[in-house]
Amino acid sequence: MPQVCNSDLNGRILKSDYSGRSSRVLPFRRPRGVRQVSVLSELNVGESGVVAALNLPESVQNHLMHMGFVPDALVVALRRAPAGDPTVYCVDGMEIALRHETAEGIRLRSPEAENSDNASELELVQAVR
Amino acid sequence: MSTCCTTPAFEPPSTPPSGALRTVVLIGPPNSGKSTLFNRLTGLRQKVANYPGVTVEQRMGLMAGVGHDDLTLIDLPGVYSLTPYSEDARVAVDVLKGKMPGTPKPDAVIVVLDSLHLTRQLMLAAPVLALGLPTLVLLNMSDLMEARGGSVDPLKLAKELGAPVALISATHGTGLDAVPLFLNQHSSHQAAARQLTLPVLGNAASTHTWASQISRRTGYHAPLSAAGSRKLDNILLHRIWGPLLFLVVVVGVFEVVFSIGQPMADGFGEILARAAELIRPLIPGSWLQSLLLDGAWKGISSVLVFLPQILLLFLFIGVLEDTGYLARAALIADRVMRTTGLNGKAFIPLLSAYACAVPAIMATRTIENKRDRMATILVTPFMTCSARLPVYMLLIAAFIPNVTYLHGALGLRTLVMLGLYVAGFVAAMTTAWLLKSSVLKSSETPFILELPQYRMPTLRSLGIRLIDRAKVFLRQAGTVILCVTLVLWVLAHIPVVHVAGGSFSAPELADSVIGRLGHFIEPIIAPLGFNWKIGIGLLSSVLAREVMVSTMGTLYGADPGTQALTLQNALHHDMTLGGALALMIFFAFAMQCTSTMAVVRRETNSWKWPAFQFAYMLVLAYVSAFAVNHIVAAIFG
Repeated sequence: MPQVCNSDLNGRILKSDYSGRSSRVLPFRRPRGVRQVSVLSELNVGESGVVAALNLPESVQNHLMHMGFVPDALVVALRRAPAGDPTVYCVDGMEIALRHETAEGIRLRSPEAENSDNASELELVQAVR
Repeated sequence: MSTCCTTPAFEPPSTPPSGALRTVVLIGPPNSGKSTLFNRLTGLRQKVANYPGVTVEQRMGLMAGVGHDDLTLIDLPGVYSLTPYSEDARVAVDVLKGKMPGTPKPDAVIVVLDSLHLTRQLMLAAPVLALGLPTLVLLNMSDLMEARGGSVDPLKLAKELGAPVALISATHGTGLDAVPLFLNQHSSHQAAARQLTLPVLGNAASTHTWASQISRRTGYHAPLSAAGSRKLDNILLHRIWGPLLFLVVVVGVFEVVFSIGQPMADGFGEILARAAELIRPLIPGSWLQSLLLDGAWKGISSVLVFLPQILLLFLFIGVLEDTGYLARAALIADRVMRTTGLNGKAFIPLLSAYACAVPAIMATRTIENKRDRMATILVTPFMTCSARLPVYMLLIAAFIPNVTYLHGALGLRTLVMLGLYVAGFVAAMTTAWLLKSSVLKSSETPFILELPQYRMPTLRSLGIRLIDRAKVFLRQAGTVILCVTLVLWVLAHIPVVHVAGGSFSAPELADSVIGRLGHFIEPIIAPLGFNWKIGIGLLSSVLAREVMVSTMGTLYGADPGTQALTLQNALHHDMTLGGALALMIFFAFAMQCTSTMAVVRRETNSWKWPAFQFAYMLVLAYVSAFAVNHIVAAIFG
């Protein structure tokens, strides 16, 4: 499914659809058995993730950060090249192609870490209810 | 600060140098529309050169409509940051700091940012503003941003950045009056001291935080991403249609160049020949007539006729580049390029080498890895450049019958031409693989490629590109080719022989100096199926490939036996089919271009590489031509 990628919603949305409407999916609502991805290269086309850290040589890392791959940035895997390897990612509204081995060096935030980050928020939501 | 804005034209010479603007630098990230803006601001008053010692292209131009006549605008290469990741960024920093030898220290900076991705683009503004020069920030493509529902408050942004900000559209030329306004303001007083909180420079994460804070505070609302580009990519990067359309584009370009370009070239050739006949009675003296018309004019016009086709090829490559398709082509080609050890980025210079190897070798600077870049430079001259076209077309027209297949959709001549293109490409790929698995072995470098949005190419930038190319071609024809043909004509006419009656006349072509030289080298080239006239052509074409055609024109024009024939017919009488095919293969592989060698020497900073390249290509060309000549002779008897 193609995703609408919008820099304005950086790191805040987990899912969005054709209309550009973004729905916030809180951790407790996440369907069971969802795939856990830890690096960018594991994303399927159409899936998105939030960058945690870059684990690449210094100069490459710097270059990628200037292209938008900064911690907390939302990255969507847009499409694979016809031959299947470089994948086009959408970050910050730009489309950038990376090879598998480069994408492997970009760690995504694990859902567990997010749980702890959002723990207070989660409690708040539950308290309101 | 001075009292008021005086008219710059009447500025007294006593003004301190800091008050008068001389040099303005234009900087911006790649794909921000910087070049379009540069063309807008300078028009045709620009000159392209190279920075000394590096391969980065330096574009300078005089600015119009500002009130000064001597205001130079320097276009820096597109960079994402001032961190010296690539050679481009190093040059940008040196120019900005006034440390680049031969380039004046800039008095002001114009930063061009793509307003569609302002947050990320602002990351470049931080290190530029930190330099403390008077700076104008232009937000380009503001029309597109607004059309797609984005917005930003330029006044707030100006306050945040401590520099004037203007919304512009370089493509439509709107909002550009901000530039003269800014420059005239700053020619009368110095930039006010700014109080800015800038991020830790050189730290990408900190710069990004700073940029996103600024864009949030200025109410920047990013536009929706372009659905059109995405939809187009669904087709152009489709698993099956993508590569297929890519092939169609490449074959289509060549088909058009030959089917439309050929009549244009023929017509142009006829005009040139008629012009020669018109001036013939005006020139006194038979030897002067012969020197100017049979020697110089015939030589030059045999090359000039190919100008329409070469411009057509450049036009297509320009359109592919300006629309943003070339980046997609690199993405499609990455998988193939990978098997050779190079990456998709090497494909862009290789594709533009179809036009000319010299700009292509300069374009290799986008390849970050030094060894990859070297390998790309070394294989680039194998790509069929436009200078080979005249030779191919002459030989194909003379030797390949005009047969068509598939109800006229595909001609044998087009097929032979495509075969030559494929031969060059295969030679380039094989050589790249050989180099990358031996002397230039390196760890694989990351392939990071930005896919710009599809854009409509502007007539203006295409026009400027074509005029530039035509100028280079005509300069070549007017200097190198003219000299070579004149020298050849003279060598073909000495030593003069005494004729009965006390007058002098030219010797038989075979007895002239050039004829003897040709006969001297004939034993070396005879196994390839070349006669001594072709040998002279090969010697002269070491300067530039297209010189071959003009040399043939001059030589056959000087020979009374073939003077009346067209060059095609003369060749047809003088060569076998095997020799002709061998000659084409020789041209496909041999390095006959002094400009390319000079550029390789400058790139690699040593004579070792161009010498190696020349020897390698010459051996390959000789062996292949030898094989082709003998195989064809064996088959067709």
